[in-house]
Amino acid sequence: MKLAILGAGDVGRSVADLAGDYGHDVVALADSTTAAVDPDGIDVDGALERKVGGQSVGSNDPEAVFETEYDVLVEATPTTLGDAEPGFSHVERALEDDRHAVLANKGPVAERYEELRALEADSAGSVRFEATVGGAIPILSTIEDETPQAVTAVRGVLNGTANFILTRMAAEGLDYEHVLAEAQDLGVAEADPTFDVDGTDAALKFVILANVLADGGFALEDATVEGIQSIPGSALDLAAEDGRTIRLIGEATREGVRVGPRLVPENGPLAVTGTRNIVQIETRNAGSLHSSGRGAGGPETATAVLSDVGRLPPL
Amino acid sequence: MDACKREVTTVSDEPGDEDAETDGGVRAYTVRLELVDEPGELLRALEPIANNGGNLLSIHHERGNITPRGHIPVEVDLESPPDRFDDIVDALRDAGVNVIQAGAEHYGEEVSVVLVGDLVDTDLSDTLSRIEDEADAVVRDLSLAAPDGTDAVTSARVRLAIDSGNADAALEAIRSLGSKKELTVVEPLLGGDAP
Repeated sequence: MKLAILGAGDVGRSVADLAGDYGHDVVALADSTTAAVDPDGIDVDGALERKVGGQSVGSNDPEAVFETEYDVLVEATPTTLGDAEPGFSHVERALEDDRHAVLANKGPVAERYEELRALEADSAGSVRFEATVGGAIPILSTIEDETPQAVTAVRGVLNGTANFILTRMAAEGLDYEHVLAEAQDLGVAEADPTFDVDGTDAALKFVILANVLADGGFALEDATVEGIQSIPGSALDLAAEDGRTIRLIGEATREGVRVGPRLVPENGPLAVTGTRNIVQIETRNAGSLHSSGRGAGGPETATAVLSDVGRLPPL
Repeated sequence: MDACKREVTTVSDEPGDEDAETDGGVRAYTVRLELVDEPGELLRALEPIANNGGNLLSIHHERGNITPRGHIPVEVDLESPPDRFDDIVDALRDAGVNVIQAGAEHYGEEVSVVLVGDLVDTDLSDTLSRIEDEADAVVRDLSLAAPDGTDAVTSARVRLAIDSGNADAALEAIRSLGSKKELTVVEPLLGGDAP
């Protein structure tokens, strides 16, 4: 397949870097200001070197991406809330041109799911978005295999930063502020970690899961969301006395979405440590399935994008 | 009558229940009795329950549904510590009450929640008694941590006994109390892992 990649952050760059290994060609790579476009395949290494070196990705206007011949638009621009722009319009253009769209950007799938599906229905192209939920972990494809109707709930940890902070607080008996500073030094938490610690990032992922289970109907505003900022070290100590710990847990069902700090058994499957993610998929006929792994990171998330590409039918 | 007595069903404890609780922990039981249709019979049947540490939850007195033997079936839901329940059944029989069936129909559940916030200023004992009232729960124990003194943010772990199947409603009530008192409520994650 010929890939046109929008967004040259960690994920976009990794998709470009790994596409060849998966047998695909990169015909365009764009960040918000410039693009490298070549119908015969761009010089990926050169483009990545320029991007990492602080230069422009290429000499084309990002607009030129849509003019070139591509099969799959990879939407890997930063997640935006509300109208989910410009990601939504990017996907809209691809579908209107009867191309496939694969998203790593959570915004359009969480905030405008029904519109996305309506565009897909009118297009020869398909929409896939495994990379929006749980990075490298195959979650949506598992739900697809089980069929969404047979899945009753999805629960788990889908934010590595919050999980890292809670793990460190429990292990070291330190308070939130202290561990957050440490996480920022390690590069685990961003300079502005708000969306990670207030539950928004996890909520977007569980909203996407609820949309898949219920075939739409949810946006971020429908989720009940609480963060971990108000959890002191002493709360984790008390939980530990009882063989439990606290994790930022999300739950998605057809009835709704909830994210908040919850008590879970200390040695239970959901109490993953560090930046690891886990989901428990509760099924009607097959009990609970657990998948755990790296929920973020460039190459990890890129593998989810590329396995989506592999599942697309030829146009 | 003797034939009836032999019908007594004993329901064994649920398997796989982790630590068997010997202290604390009440369970809910259902007892089916057959009473003679005479004034004072019902009261006479209930006294041995209360006198042996049972807590009456509900009484279903089927006056309109007389048994072939001319007795009135009565279904009594009660809570008691598991080790007292046999005493209650024995006391009923000693009192001449015809016990048709006695068993644990459902088990009391336990849930723990962690509360975080200004627990002292928001009147902890009021918080606990409102949890008992509004969540229809019994506080089994309480563990407090106030590393920076009671004027600062404190945490409490509260272990509650609730009726089976009532966990969602109880947690909902605690959540709404928490938001009224501006306390963070860390609830257990129910479902999924439960057998």
